[in-house]
Amino acid sequence: MVEAITVKRRGALDHRLETINGVSLQPAKPARRVSLRAEPDGLAPLSKALGLDLPTKPKTSALADGRSALWLGPDEWLVIDESEDAEPLKDLAEVTVLHSAVDISHRNVAIIVSGSKAADVINAGCPQDLGLQAFPVGACSRTVLGKIEIVLLRTAPDTFRVECWRSFADYAFSYLSDAARGV
Amino acid sequence: MATTTTKRFAATHRVAGKGRLAGSAALGFTFDGQTYAGVQGDTLASALLANGVHLVGRSFKYHRPRGFLSAGPEEPNALVGIHRDAARKTPNVRATVQELYDGLTAVSQNRWPSLAYDVGAVNNIGSPMFSAGFYYKTFMWPKDAWAKIYEPRIREAAGLGVAPERPDPDTYAQRFAHCDVLIVGAGPSGLAAALAAAESGQRVILCDEQPDVGGALRYESGASIEGQDGWTWAQAAAASLLARDNVRVLTRTTAFGYYAQNMVGLVERVTEHLAHPDLTTPRERLWQVRAKKVILAAGAIERHMVFADNDRPGIMLVSAARTYLNHYGVAVGRNVGVFTANDSAYPAAIDLKKAGVNIAAIVDIRDNPSSALVEEARSLGIEINAGRTVTGTDGRLRVSSMTVQAKSGGPARKVPIDALLMSSGWTPSVHLFSQSRGKVAFDEPTLRFLPGIYAQDCISVGACNGADSLDATVDEGFAAGEKAVRATISAKPKVDKGETWGGGMLGASPGSGPEQIVKAFVDFQNDVTAKDIRQAVREGMRSIEHVKRFTTNGMATDQGKTSNLHGLAIAAEVLDKPIPAVGLTTFRAPYTPVTFGSIVNHAKGELFDPTRRTPMHGWEEQQGAVFEDVGQWKRAWYYPRKGEDMHAAVNRECKTVRTSAGIFDASTLGKIEIVGPDAAKFMELLYTNPWAKLEAGRCRYGIMLREDGFIYDDGVVGRLSDHRFHVTTTTGGAPRVMHHMEDYLQTEFPHLDVWLTSITEQWAVIAVQGPKSRDILQSLVDNIDISDAAMPHMSVREGTICGGVPTRLFRMSFTGERGFEVNVPADYGRAVWEAIWEEGKKHDVCAYGTEAMHVLRAEKGYIIVGQDTDGTVTPGDAGLDWAIGKKKSDFVGIRGLTRPDLVAPGRRQLVGLRTKDPKTVLEEGAQIVDDPKQPIPMKMIGFVTSSYWSENCGRSIAMGLVEGGFGRMGETLHVPMPDGVIEVEVCKPLFFDEKGERLNG
Repeated sequence: MVEAITVKRRGALDHRLETINGVSLQPAKPARRVSLRAEPDGLAPLSKALGLDLPTKPKTSALADGRSALWLGPDEWLVIDESEDAEPLKDLAEVTVLHSAVDISHRNVAIIVSGSKAADVINAGCPQDLGLQAFPVGACSRTVLGKIEIVLLRTAPDTFRVECWRSFADYAFSYLSDAARGV
Repeated sequence: MATTTTKRFAATHRVAGKGRLAGSAALGFTFDGQTYAGVQGDTLASALLANGVHLVGRSFKYHRPRGFLSAGPEEPNALVGIHRDAARKTPNVRATVQELYDGLTAVSQNRWPSLAYDVGAVNNIGSPMFSAGFYYKTFMWPKDAWAKIYEPRIREAAGLGVAPERPDPDTYAQRFAHCDVLIVGAGPSGLAAALAAAESGQRVILCDEQPDVGGALRYESGASIEGQDGWTWAQAAAASLLARDNVRVLTRTTAFGYYAQNMVGLVERVTEHLAHPDLTTPRERLWQVRAKKVILAAGAIERHMVFADNDRPGIMLVSAARTYLNHYGVAVGRNVGVFTANDSAYPAAIDLKKAGVNIAAIVDIRDNPSSALVEEARSLGIEINAGRTVTGTDGRLRVSSMTVQAKSGGPARKVPIDALLMSSGWTPSVHLFSQSRGKVAFDEPTLRFLPGIYAQDCISVGACNGADSLDATVDEGFAAGEKAVRATISAKPKVDKGETWGGGMLGASPGSGPEQIVKAFVDFQNDVTAKDIRQAVREGMRSIEHVKRFTTNGMATDQGKTSNLHGLAIAAEVLDKPIPAVGLTTFRAPYTPVTFGSIVNHAKGELFDPTRRTPMHGWEEQQGAVFEDVGQWKRAWYYPRKGEDMHAAVNRECKTVRTSAGIFDASTLGKIEIVGPDAAKFMELLYTNPWAKLEAGRCRYGIMLREDGFIYDDGVVGRLSDHRFHVTTTTGGAPRVMHHMEDYLQTEFPHLDVWLTSITEQWAVIAVQGPKSRDILQSLVDNIDISDAAMPHMSVREGTICGGVPTRLFRMSFTGERGFEVNVPADYGRAVWEAIWEEGKKHDVCAYGTEAMHVLRAEKGYIIVGQDTDGTVTPGDAGLDWAIGKKKSDFVGIRGLTRPDLVAPGRRQLVGLRTKDPKTVLEEGAQIVDDPKQPIPMKMIGFVTSSYWSENCGRSIAMGLVEGGFGRMGETLHVPMPDGVIEVEVCKPLFFDEKGERLNG
């Protein structure tokens, strides 16, 4: 069931949008997110239910039909789905194999950072090597930006998705703006 | 401010046809209020010298007049203040590094009333008093005088520049970078290394502290590479590197620190050279570079000669004078003397002579200097005094003569001069190598410390590795570049012609030895003389580390770049030990001073620390809430209405909750979802309470202990299903409770099939508390029966609210009233809050803040972990024994609870405190005593943990931890305060609705 909700939804970064030195900072649209935890023997049925192959290599992600699964740890994935009618939690509810799926759709907020200097902007606060060889398209990492934790996903050579907890989104956006002014 | 258009090109000391600045734009600047002219490309130093100005500062201790020693970052003397505006006044800027811009304003430091006439110079006359270690000896007596007289006076007189008083308006940036090869230094060896490494396509970063690449090619007129003069080749090489995608060339960028795993700190000066920097452009950028390989091509620093009065303005390093002439086109004098211990002085004398400057004499302490350079100098008619030494100089504000004498003594001759160039040889820059924890080795024949054992994946090349010729530096650099990328590159730059360097001496020159009482400066910046070093040794300092601290040699901001080796050699001579046996002081970061701004970079203002706001924050702001900081969170503290102070607002909020209802933003509470077939088992282990039999849909107040048995956290836990718990924690405890749980799960209970997920920010939490709470929610919930029968106190339901918003609805209370906590996905928090508010208005609700929340819970005696507990309180001490599962055989802290001290009588226990005067509100933290008449210091038997005015009770209420408190019910105790003793009666910590009937409605 898709929620037919009439009350107003307010994101943490509504109306924030900036382009500085050719780098655009844009709040991502609302997404369904699931924190998925499972043992290796559960991967096959869970992958099937999600419609993608859960990645097993560090710093990798899988993408299928607008649904991404990001490897965050040996037994941990972040599933993100931006499609209007997607319900990854419901898809997983059918799976009987041992796992934990928790709805974190509203816990996280994402900022899309794009432009030729996008990596430089993120590297103002994130110590990861964001060279295309070390961090190719599809690479992801739970890392830091300044003083906060983020999950970073490269969606295109010049585009990154920066996920953080909702109350840190203001800090993350401001940090990235300040960084963009300094590149 | 001076402007370019009105300035005439004042070229009193510019030499036509020399240097590389011909045709550059004219710039105006001021120094100590006097206006001067310079050109684009000058440093402040070269521009002042072009105007014949040598006197730029007063020395630290003796206030001796000082000029420029160098033309680079090693400068110890020429420190000035650069004032851009009222807020941006940078002290201690090296004039030899500061690039000139139009309108630059510089001021001298450490002088009063003026640079030319400085009262502090009296220290120079009384100098025996200021000998080595004088701070430690002179100001010891009388005892009280140190703090009251000596220290304040010394602090006033000491130091160089003055720190700015206003906040720094500049912005700073930071960048993390990774590369395959980081090359530090863009002289010939660094450039050769970069050219070789770049060819492979791997990622290369080349940095140099100067505005241009080239290093020593800046002044070495005898260099030719690939058919071009050295400097031209260097610029072309940089251009070819810049054209590559895989190479980053960072000029004006100092590698200041070499840390673990090839992490090198660089600071890039982005706008320091600009007349009108754009305030949004960062002034400096801190780079933290992680390199697979580091190539150190840091070059070498020339040393001065240590002889009497070697610090007068006009006395400088040979390489400095050459740089001023060959790069900036400035002659440092018209009648120049030279004092040297190696060949490097000769090309300088030759260059100057050819530029039309008279060379009064070369004094060479070597008995038979012989080389092509010596011959060339001689053939130009320059007088060479071999086997002689300079025993002194004259001239108050500028050197006017040097005294020349045979090394063995005999008649002395005064030679008139207006500048004196000196060189005792070259010190390889092993600073970064040493910072990398590499071990240097002393090379006896050349009297140099060179890189020995490497600790990290780096290599030193060129002059910093002991190479003595241009050929060798280019070879070493190129080979290192090839090796770093494991490739063989064919196009090595061909050196057609190059200069050499090497040789020299360490320590005091003949004529300034132990028998002479003279000021032969070793360390210019800290005013340390050869005599001071000798005295330190005589007073018992044996290690160079002790000599350094006793004399302060090498402890100034230049960190002894020119002085360390001389100091070491003099100490070794007195100790009669070989130099390596005396040791070498440790090189530490930063190589040159680094601004706080660049280290702080983005982390200022709103980015100093994250500010966390709840989804309802905007509404709360609109309602005029006053916020309090709870960790990083902003929480609504109280909502004053017109004319209300905090007291009135809190009283109203507390009354309203108990008469109708209040709504409260509880979103910041920590929340953890515990999922898995072993979820209940895990809960049993982490909390004192029993969980196995808690039914789905019910809640329980849980207490979590540390291993030692003390309360760690608490909160209400709802069981959503057999395998799923929704745990709440304190706001401040959320991250550490999660870590505590995860720690135990991974290390002690890895066999349990359960996972933990933080859901603190998934759910906005709206507490609706009060007799009318159910009435308010009744019309808003879509599909949940919230009648008392269907949903009693301490239960939880999942459903929807406000037309489809998913909710986890808790029936629970932290006020003692019937209450609910509405959890909704965060983005809907504000909308649902507003809906509840609108509905609540029909029932006269109010929004209440954290202060009212605190009062209401205290009226019921509910504890706050961290306020009523302090890490030494057990559940028993807090009166919460009932929350320990009596039949449980294990949980974290169960053994701690049985420790003898934790079950001994006389423990501090949480009790209520009623003041005899109901109007008196105790102070939280106030100490409690038994007998107020006992002598001071009294025995404290406890303290007040919570204390409020309770409008609902019509009196003050308080709780406190008191020794044996449970056994003292009805006793009178005393709280001594500055203005009298307050009497209190011990009672149960429960002040309102003692039977607890209101909870159930």
